Amino acid sequence: MSTTSKVADTNGGTAARSGKPSKVGAAANWADERLGLAGLAKKNLRKVFPDHWSFMLGEIALWSFVVLLVTGVFLTFWFNPSMTEIEYQGSYAPLRGSYISEAFNSSLHISFDVRGGLLLRQMHHWAAHLFIGSMLIHMMRVFLTGAYRKPREINWVIGVLLLTLGTLEGFTGYSLPDDLLSGTGVRAADGFVKSIPVIGTYGSFLLFGDEFPGHSIIPRLYIIHVLLIPGLILGLIAAHMLLLVYHKHTQWPGPGRTEQNVVGFPMLPVYAAKAGGFFFIVFGATALMGGLMTINPIWMYGPYDPTKVTAGSQPDWYMGWPDGLLRIIPGWTEVSFWGVTLALPVFLTVILMPTLIITFLILYPFIDNWISGDKREHHLLQRPRDTPARTGLMAALVTFYVLALFAGGNDIIAIRLDLSINQITYFLRAAIFLGPILAFWITKRWCISLQRHAKEQALHGYETGIIERSPDGAYSERHLPLPDAKQALIVGRERDQLLELEPAVDKNGVERPHNRKERLRLALNRFWFADNLQPPTAAEIEAAHHHHDGHDGHELEAGAHDDDRDALVKGH
Amino acid sequence: MRFLNRSAGRLSRHRRGRFAGLAVLLVALLVTGGAYAALAPAGQAEQSQDNAELVEQGRELFLVGCSTCHGQNGEGVLDVNGNQLGPSLQGVGGAAVDFQVGTGRMPMVQPGQQNPRKSVAYSDDETAALAAFVQSLAPGPDVPDESDYDPSSIYELPEDERDAAINRGQQIFLTNCTACHNFNGRGGAMPRGGYAPTLRGVSDKHIYEAMLTGPSQMDVFSDGNIPPENKREVIAFLETLQEQPQQGGFSLGGLGPVGEGLYVWVVGIGGLVGFAVWIAAHTTRTKKGKETA
Ligand code: HEC
Ligand code: HEC
Ligand code: HEM
Repeated sequence: MSTTSKVADTNGGTAARSGKPSKVGAAANWADERLGLAGLAKKNLRKVFPDHWSFMLGEIALWSFVVLLVTGVFLTFWFNPSMTEIEYQGSYAPLRGSYISEAFNSSLHISFDVRGGLLLRQMHHWAAHLFIGSMLIHMMRVFLTGAYRKPREINWVIGVLLLTLGTLEGFTGYSLPDDLLSGTGVRAADGFVKSIPVIGTYGSFLLFGDEFPGHSIIPRLYIIHVLLIPGLILGLIAAHMLLLVYHKHTQWPGPGRTEQNVVGFPMLPVYAAKAGGFFFIVFGATALMGGLMTINPIWMYGPYDPTKVTAGSQPDWYMGWPDGLLRIIPGWTEVSFWGVTLALPVFLTVILMPTLIITFLILYPFIDNWISGDKREHHLLQRPRDTPARTGLMAALVTFYVLALFAGGNDIIAIRLDLSINQITYFLRAAIFLGPILAFWITKRWCISLQRHAKEQALHGYETGIIERSPDGAYSERHLPLPDAKQALIVGRERDQLLELEPAVDKNGVERPHNRKERLRLALNRFWFADNLQPPTAAEIEAAHHHHDGHDGHELEAGAHDDDRDALVKGH
Repeated sequence: MRFLNRSAGRLSRHRRGRFAGLAVLLVALLVTGGAYAALAPAGQAEQSQDNAELVEQGRELFLVGCSTCHGQNGEGVLDVNGNQLGPSLQGVGGAAVDFQVGTGRMPMVQPGQQNPRKSVAYSDDETAALAAFVQSLAPGPDVPDESDYDPSSIYELPEDERDAAINRGQQIFLTNCTACHNFNGRGGAMPRGGYAPTLRGVSDKHIYEAMLTGPSQMDVFSDGNIPPENKREVIAFLETLQEQPQQGGFSLGGLGPVGEGLYVWVVGIGGLVGFAVWIAAHTTRTKKGKETA
């Protein structure tokens, strides 16, 4: 309540008065008369945003994309995407006199001879990491709270596409400077394409226009990097934001929050100030990182040359997990027959797995919906503990991802932690299968026990730690009801529905064939929901209260404490 | 003078003898030979004398400190299971000893996957003696001269020649060494718990000897492979690498993208999520403050 009244207060006071028309006002008026923006703006500026830190994760992604656009445009002023060889004559002495490509030369030029160039290059690269990293955690938030449910499925799909495009964009960018590491990456990409059965070699020639490395890959990647993918990303971000405004923001269940309203701050001024402020924080963080922390020191890698390679040749971390799978897959998965060799280790890990996972993520809202059989719209979020199986699934995915990422850094882990690279590989081969299962099971159980705890508290109040002695000498601990907001989180959530198989014989006595799909759906539904605790019903709460009244009638005395009065009044 | 004249006369008296010519030759040889031995090449004799002493001193040290694993004549020792306690040192040369002992690797203390650098157990003189002893077993690359490995001659070249030399050093390093030692010379993993160590802080001489002798899993880069001149250029490049400023800021370990990924999650994402929590919490705090007030 305080939030809304506070905002309203700022509108109060003196009535608006028409003063001398200002220049800005006139310009705004001119624009409004032609574009009719005011009405649109007014509506949208009054849009309400709820307040929770996890709702700002997507914003980190948005702002780092803005940083990427700004710094990327700066880089295009000097970057020359050409593979023509020239002799380096710039300021970095150890490379002077080397024959290097124009692309590498111009990247060195940006780094050493353009004022602020290295800062901007490093900011661009750090922002790329932040962009993809924040998309990932934003997506985890959406997943864990069930924000992808109807009507927001499309926005979820857009999100997955953005993540995919962001990763590709990062990879193409990483390849542009044509240093030893990026060339090694392109070389690997060539291998990945070639590993696709039948069309692989054709694909490689199509991409490179020649036998690797050819002369066209960098110009092609450049156009993809500065035009094609940024354009797609921009369009998708716009669609993402429009849908966000159209659907309105989701919110946590709480007092006064329903499936029909949104409680929070209006876009202007509070939220805009916060969001705008956050842009500067993201920008500042990127600038600090770009200024202080070396990233991709291309002058040390030196120019790309197919005869050279360095220890610790890794892709950027967001491409790390397929690389990790490739590092641990046993070699016998490669098969040869009739004089044909299938590079299955590469194909399975780097082409097939990412495709499968992306497809799964895109389909997830629909799979989830099929399992739950839920046709309703949802604007209230679910607490992760209230969906134990789904939270467990995320834990399994994260475990898989992190283990695969470790595999991708196996050599660095080996030298840093004094381990044997072979033992790491053997361990991960088992862990990549067992770890996710274990993580699923532990998380699910953990959630259920949290649910049990929450239900206990909702019914009987929380433990105060105050031990009381009754006149007849019995000791008991005083329980007090939870604060309103917390109580609402627990009792306000929807109950899970268990699907039933329709009777084997319908009302006309005709046997209904139960197909496999239906049974699978039912089994999954049970697996997903059967172990969950359901929120207490009104009757249960009522019964619990009677129980308290009869048992310990001290609660009104407890009301003497200032802090508790409020809760008691509301709770009872 | 008289004496000379007299002997000259006597000589001339026998001149016609059959062996006169031979005798003259012999005497002349003896005289010159003796004089030479007495005066001019005193160093050589002393050196071989000294060397023999050094080898002897080395043998004694070797018998005490190394022979349990390498055998009394450096022939190598097998344990009862037929495993190698220490390989044969025949022909590894003084350079290998100077490297292994000078970096503290030998005497080995604990057999393991990798024999790490540790504090040096022998003085410079003792190391030289051990090297001399092993060099005496069979010919191999000997301890290099300072002129072989010292790159200062490169730094004295005119600027463009110096740049070219250091650039060649980088090219050789990138072609031959980075696969194991990483682009930055920071080291990398080898199979089964082994590793190629960091090259930071390794002395010029030891870098040179490492290339010359190829310790454990490292390849040997003989002089035919990388001539001394190019070896010096590699050393000069490695020195430049160490001395140049960190243009990009903190190097984050210089291990490439894995380190960068770690930092982006811990510092970048971690920090920004912290800010998000702070911003979101900020209003709740002011709200709370107002309510209680
Ligand atoms: C505990 C056993 C042990 C002792 C003691 C020992 N070594 Fe070794 N040494 C080894 C082993 C094992 C290797 C092979 C190590 C490797 O490949 O990394 C080796 C390798 C060497 C090499 C390198 C050979 C090559 O092929 O380049 C030299 C030189 C050497 N030892 C000299 C010495 C000297 C000198 C001493 C005495 C100061 C000594 N070692 C003491 C076990 C020993
Ligand atoms: C096949 C991998 C490999 C290559 C290629 C390689 N090294 Fe090594 N290097 C090693 C290993 C392994 C060691 C550690 C040996 C030991 O500890 O016994 C080592 C040790 C060294 C050392 C000793 C470091 C110390 O801590 O004392 C130097 C110096 C060195 N290498 C330089 C080079 C140079 C220069 C090149 C290129 C010309 C090169 N290495 C190429 C694997 C390699
Ligand atoms: C989704 C957004 C983007 C991501 C993830 C991304 C990522 C990257 C990465 C990782 C690099 C390698 C940087 C390095 O040299 O270390 C790079 C280079 C580059 N990017 Fe981007 N980028 C994005 C958007 C853009 C945009 C919008 C532009 C310009 C219109 C741009 C222009 C460039 C240029 C010119 C380079 C090469 C500069 C150089 O390496 O010196 N990028 N990008």
